[in-house]
Amino acid sequence: MNIHEYQGKEILRSYGVSVPNGRVAFTVEEAVEAAKELGSNVCVVKAQIHAGGRGKAGGVKVAKSLEEVRTYASELLGKKLVTHQTGPEGKEVKRLLIEEGCDIKKEYYIGLVVDRATSRVVLMGSEEGGTEIEEVAAKTPEKIFKEYIDPAVGLQAFQARRMAFNINIPKELVNQAVKFMMGLYQVFVDKDCSIAEINPLVVTGDGKVMALDAKLNFDSNALYRHKELLEYRDLDEEDPKEIEASKYDLNYISLDGNIGCMVNGAGLAMATMDIIKYYGGEPANFLDVGGGATTEKVTEAFKIILSDPKVKGIFVNIFGGIMKCDVIATGIVEATKQVGLNLPLVVRLEGTNVELGKKILEESGLNITAAESMADGAQKIVSLVS
Amino acid sequence: MSVFVNKDTKVIVQGITGSQGLFHTKQMLEYGTKIVGGVTPGKGGTEVEGVPVFDTVSEAVEKTGANASVIYVPPAFAADAIMEAVDAELELVVCITEGIPVLDMVKVKRYMEGKKTRLIGPNCPGIITPEECKIGIMPGYIHKKGHVGIVSRSGTLTYEAVHQLTQAGIGQSTAVGIGGDPVNGTNFIDVLKAFNEDEETYAVIMIGEIGGTAEEEAAEWVKANMTKPVVGFIGGQTAPPGKRMGHAGAIISGGKGTAAEKIKKMNECGIKVAETPAVIGETLISVLKERGLYEKCKTH
Repeated sequence: MNIHEYQGKEILRSYGVSVPNGRVAFTVEEAVEAAKELGSNVCVVKAQIHAGGRGKAGGVKVAKSLEEVRTYASELLGKKLVTHQTGPEGKEVKRLLIEEGCDIKKEYYIGLVVDRATSRVVLMGSEEGGTEIEEVAAKTPEKIFKEYIDPAVGLQAFQARRMAFNINIPKELVNQAVKFMMGLYQVFVDKDCSIAEINPLVVTGDGKVMALDAKLNFDSNALYRHKELLEYRDLDEEDPKEIEASKYDLNYISLDGNIGCMVNGAGLAMATMDIIKYYGGEPANFLDVGGGATTEKVTEAFKIILSDPKVKGIFVNIFGGIMKCDVIATGIVEATKQVGLNLPLVVRLEGTNVELGKKILEESGLNITAAESMADGAQKIVSLVS
Repeated sequence: MSVFVNKDTKVIVQGITGSQGLFHTKQMLEYGTKIVGGVTPGKGGTEVEGVPVFDTVSEAVEKTGANASVIYVPPAFAADAIMEAVDAELELVVCITEGIPVLDMVKVKRYMEGKKTRLIGPNCPGIITPEECKIGIMPGYIHKKGHVGIVSRSGTLTYEAVHQLTQAGIGQSTAVGIGGDPVNGTNFIDVLKAFNEDEETYAVIMIGEIGGTAEEEAAEWVKANMTKPVVGFIGGQTAPPGKRMGHAGAIISGGKGTAAEKIKKMNECGIKVAETPAVIGETLISVLKERGLYEKCKTH
């Protein structure tokens, strides 16, 4: 789960991790009011969307007066911000963070992620703050430093200190930087983060070390033990079809193509998208109905696929293991009856009770094209929609 | 021969009285797996499907002589269940549970350091040595005893590959699902090593997917060490970056973990990669023929 920058900074602040003073604003008036309350000579007006690259896209403005705050806030609110992470359609700005300006001396990078190869949380740091860490990793990998953290004892001060020295934090500020990193690690483990990235971490003219930006992502598998984080969820940032799917425990991801897919199992669902593309089509979605698909789930899955106006045809690809093909076939027939289907539907069934499943589809009288194999099905649906 | 499990493996089921545990216990017993006990805290002294239930794993091991366990407990309790099995010094623990918080697995991996237990999973279909021992949730009947080893991050794609092989008359030595989570127990290299040393395995299919770099590391290992042919497939060639594709570990992040990178590396390391999931079996057969192994692998 992603959250906004201002929410991330709220969490950091509550752990004593230093961030600039700031307020969230949903309207122009709130923005001006927030700037007044902050009472700072310079304010930064920052668009809050779940995507990086906001600065380059014009989503971060420095205001030197309340009038400028008003101007920038009116400009940004309601604007579609297009960054390299939003896709060409962009994301509408509905919230702003109004923050105290600070005198930046130098920018750094600090991040925490789970390293898959070592099964450990790793602290990463670099002197090259402000640019994307992937870019630094590609161009100057020697400028990235890592500290692997033993989960039994957590991040140790010597590791944070070594990091601070490695990335050339001014000597007199090393202790502040250590406190910052220790706090950030505490947030990471307490809140089950999957990413905690501070880019940039800044050193200011008045001798402070603070997070100028904050990106916190959380492990969705751990949300059951963090009810407090659910309040941070912003449904405006999510695809409505994906929200609907999550209600029925369906794994659905919206894509740009026109062939709707319904598959059991995540690996097979990905491979189904791949084979559609291989035969010249474009998948409209990723959808894993899971191992225990019931008639209800299959029906909901169909509804979600059909709610996408781009969809011109549907490919159902099921390998019935424990799940029997006749049960799936009955689900498909029921679902099509309920939903009403005017698009081409190709069904490939394989596995337990496959003959019975095929018979149910045939006898249903519905306009269903049966496929003999995954390749056959993919080719059939591609030719039917083109 | 086979890897990790065979007809002598004695298994206990953790979470045997839950709906998943109960259903799959029946299925495993039907397949012929030696299920010698179950564990559900508080239900010790009872019996399900003719299998005795114990309160703790250590008691179950002591009373039954089990050397393996399979875990069907909910995600919030799964890390604890794995550690309990490790503490009881079982040789093998197979964790089916999907949805375990990743930081729980980080702790589990730390706890397992220096211990003798091998963990398979979590978030996996399990492991099967056809006609001997099935531990997990895969449909047993699609498998056939033979000489091709399979290792995979995906359940249904494994079934797909197994089915293609069986249809073509090619049996399997062992099929291992290592799971779709970012932090897991046994990895590709562990299984490839075991297949390389197993006399009954003549060739291997390795099925990966987007996310992480485990396939690239495995490919390097294959190039340096593997004496048997390896054929591969990578799912998610059309997956968009930054989106989690069902499995917790299937995500392209920061431009890393793409299918294209993995396929390129595998090709460079001598692993022939099937172009589509529909031709995994065909691809293997063509390699078996090239290497003169086809007749040896064909089950008559």
